[in-house]
Formats: sequence, structure tokens, C-alpha cells
Amino acid sequence: MSNRKIGEVILDLRNISLAFGGVKALTDISFDVREHEIRAIIGPNGAGKSSMLNVISGVYTPQQGEIIYRGEHHTHTDPHAMAAHGVARTFQSLALFKGMSVLDNIMTGRTLKMRTNILQQAFWKGPAEREEIMHREFCERIIDFLQIQPYRKTPVGRLPYGLQKRVDLGRALAMEPSLLLLDEPMAGMNVEEKQDMSRFVLDVNDEFGTTIVLIEHDMGVVMDISDRVVVLDYGKKIGDGTPDNVRSNQDVINAYLGVAH
Amino acid sequence: MGFFLEVVLGGLMAGVLYSLVALGFVLIFKASGVFNFAQGAMVLFAALAMARLAEWLPELLGFESLLLANLLAFVLAALIMVVVAQGIERLVLRPLVNQEGVTLLMATLGVTYFLDGFGQTIWGSDVYKIDLGLSKDPLLVLGDLFEGGILLNRDDIAAALIAVALVVVLAIFFQKTATGRALRAVADDHQAAQSIGIPLNRIWVIVWAVAGFTALVAGMVWGSKLGVQFSLAILALKALPVVIVGGFTSVPGAIIGGLLIGLGEKLAEVYLGPIIGGGLENWFAYGLALAVLLVRPQGLFGERIIDRV
Repeated sequence: MSNRKIGEVILDLRNISLAFGGVKALTDISFDVREHEIRAIIGPNGAGKSSMLNVISGVYTPQQGEIIYRGEHHTHTDPHAMAAHGVARTFQSLALFKGMSVLDNIMTGRTLKMRTNILQQAFWKGPAEREEIMHREFCERIIDFLQIQPYRKTPVGRLPYGLQKRVDLGRALAMEPSLLLLDEPMAGMNVEEKQDMSRFVLDVNDEFGTTIVLIEHDMGVVMDISDRVVVLDYGKKIGDGTPDNVRSNQDVINAYLGVAH
Repeated sequence: MGFFLEVVLGGLMAGVLYSLVALGFVLIFKASGVFNFAQGAMVLFAALAMARLAEWLPELLGFESLLLANLLAFVLAALIMVVVAQGIERLVLRPLVNQEGVTLLMATLGVTYFLDGFGQTIWGSDVYKIDLGLSKDPLLVLGDLFEGGILLNRDDIAAALIAVALVVVLAIFFQKTATGRALRAVADDHQAAQSIGIPLNRIWVIVWAVAGFTALVAGMVWGSKLGVQFSLAILALKALPVVIVGGFTSVPGAIIGGLLIGLGEKLAEVYLGPIIGGGLENWFAYGLALAVLLVRPQGLFGERIIDRV
């Protein structure tokens, strides 16, 4: 591993419970995320992993529990507010702007950094143009980093799945997030694509020091790249610790392999 | 040949106006999923505001110039339309966010009647005219190519140019500016747009303002051709078959759909009318829309809806 230093707790989730009508998606879950670390959430299908991520990104408001992000309590959040606080995310089922080019998709990630108003933009010359060029440079660096230069002008809907996933990551990176949430970044990829994506995730963490929370099904990947792992099953936390620690946890083994009753 | 070209050009020019109104529909539908039935009423309201202001302002401020009167009236009417459009968004549609499409449609239906009535209350209910100062003499072109050449109305040409200019300006705004990009992003995927911090509320406000402005341009051009009267609102409803033909979610579709319908109904009236009987122009658009719905329900340029079962 590199010389990055894992810092203080930046996200602290305390006793989170979330239910949809009578269905309990999450029950009394607590864990924390430290600065600069890669934190994985794993669990069988329906364990509540995506719900957990949606709670952090503000899509769902939990009925109970506290979210403390960078020392601030967030009870009633919405996605736009969390984005403004520096939380970026990617989606399990891609939610890219399919009709727009790769570059435009990534540029939308800069929206919160735009300072000129609509009248200045309508006039185009002057401040709006300077700002556009500045953001464009930033996005070009991301495009270089993710090695998608040849597809800059291609409508995203026409790219193969693996590349779309990369654009999704690029758009999140354009927000210069302090916390990056990745919802199954490697789902549906072949081995080679998975290796590429793992490398990008590690590089993002290493070069920009971005804190990452990720959901992943591929155990090999999770154990290789994450610092600490939370294990959920049926909406409850059954394990939390380093990959080695979690691997030898009996509850986790039971959840994954099944247990005789 | 000359006559045929005349019919074609006449049809296309009428079509440009349908496109303008349809553009207002599509913008709002794409960005917020609201089918704004009130777009036609907004066109009438804008035309009334423009006509009356151009009449009142010179009296009020004591000047003679027609150009200045039109210019001032246009700017003022544009401001009024932005306020009206934002009022509809804030007071009617925002409280209904996340409701069923039918609920939103009914709400805009209510807005339609309110705007029709309220517009006539403040601006008056007679037939008014918008005089853009264009000469009504027809222009003869290509006289040496065909016998008799082609006769074109100057105000038709001006109308077409204004409409094309507006479409070009909107296209540049959507493609080149950061706000335009955010608008396209919202139109593409609400959830993703929110998660990267694009505020939906602000985008809706902008879209409604733009729709109000296109309503004004359509109202002004149409009003100068036909006079400003209640029937304008009904004529503007021709934009409905236009968006069905072009596709609800496509800006180019709105433009091409408008041209197709304008062209189709003129050709049908002139060449099929004598065979089938007159009045074809009134229902041709709806007939075409019905045919498109049967064959290609998403419209010519709309997104095909594919559902995973």
C-alpha cells in the first residue's frame, strides 16, 4: 500500500434504522468511515447495502439514527444538499445522461463549482467563457486519468458498459468529492475490466486522498482493495473490521455459505 | 410548378409557428415531466400583452415611433411572461411535485382557463392587432424561372426568420452554456442530476421562463399575421399533434414535426381538398397524429420505451 495516512472519522453513522412501510431495510446499524480510507459494504442480495448508501447520499431519510458528517449532524437530508457537502456517488444501474457526450457528462459534475449566472452565460464572452475553460481543463485531466480520451465526444449511450461505468466514476470525480460512494462499480464486468476499475479506485484514493465507501459483490476485489469492511445481512450488521478479520468471522461465513438448522 | 412551390413554402412557414409552440411543450415536458396544456393559453396571453402594450405605451409615454413601441412592448411582455410562467411553476406545479401525470395535466388544464379568462380581463377581449411595420405587399421571387414566379408574403418571411433565429439561439444556449448543459442533464435523468448537485427547482424555473418566452415569440408572430384573438389559443393547440408526430421528448422532433404538419395540411388542403371536400386543413394534423400513434407511438424522434419485464 502507499504512504497515505488514514485520518480521523469523517462519517459516523449511529443506530440507523430504515423501513419501507412494514419492511425493515436497515435495523440499528452503526459504523464509521475514516478519512482517506476505502471502506467496503458487503452482504448477500437484499442485505440492505444499497439502502445504506442511499441513506448516506441523502436519497432516503432514515426513521431513526444519526448521520454525523464532518462534525455536522444531518437528519433531513436530500441528495442535492449532500452533493453540496462534497458527497459524490455512482450508481449500480447506470444513471448517466445517455444522450450527452462523455465530456458533457463529466462537465455536469462541475455544476456546483460554477459561479457565473445565467445572464453571463447567455452573453458567453468574458467570465462565463473563462470559467468554462477552467472547468474544461479539470475535466480533461479526469478524462486522461480514466483513459477515455478517444470517446470524449461520443454519446455515452453508445459506449460499452465497462466504459460507461468509467464515465460514471469520472462524473463523480469532477465534483472533487471528499467522500465518494461507489455502488457496485464492478458489477457485470469481466475480469479485465474489473482489474482496470480496481486500479482506478485505488489510484483515486491514493492520488487525490479521496475517502471511498463502496459496495461490491466480488469478494476477491473487496478483500484486495479495502481497508475495512462492514458486513450486512437482512438489514443487520453482522461483521465489521479488516478484511482478514471479517473473513474469519463465523457469522459472515454462515451468511454467505448458509448454515444448517 | 410555381404554384406547388408556393404551397410548400406557405405550409413550411405555418409549420415554423407550430414548431415554436411545440418547442415550449417539449422543453417543459422533458425537464419536469409536466404536460403543459396551458402552453396555448400562454401564447394568447403573451400576444394580448404585446398587442395592448404596443398600443398603450406610446400614449402613456408620448412618443410616435412604431419601432420603439414594439421594442418596448416586446421587452415588457417578455418580463411579464417570465413572471407568469414562474408563477405557474411556483404556485401550481411545485406543490404538486411527485404527483401522478394526470393530476399535473389537470392542473395545467385549470391554468389554461384561468389564463384565458384573466388575460381578457386585464388586456381586453376584442380583436387586436400587432403591427410589426412590415409591408403587406407580396414579394415576387424566381419570376424568370417559372411563369408567374412565386409570390411570398413579406410578413411570412419575417415570421419564419424570427422563428428560425429563436430556434438557433435556443440550440446554442442548450449546447454551449453550463446552464444549458444542466438543463439537458435534468431532462435526461432527474435522479442522477440531483446527485451531482443540480438543483431541480432552479432548472424548472429557467425552463418555464424559456417556455414563456417562446410563447411570446409565437404569439407575436401569429398575432401579427392573424390578429390577436381568442382563437389563437385554439390554433396553438395544433402543437399537440405536432409533439405526437415529432415525439414528446425530442427538441428536433418538435421542430420537424411542426414543419411536417404545416406542410402536410397545406398540401392536403390544396390537392386533396377538392376530392375529399374542404375543411381538411382543420383536422389533417389530428388525423396524421392518430396514424403516427398507431404505427410509432413514441413519435418520429421520441425515445422508444423499453420496459424490462
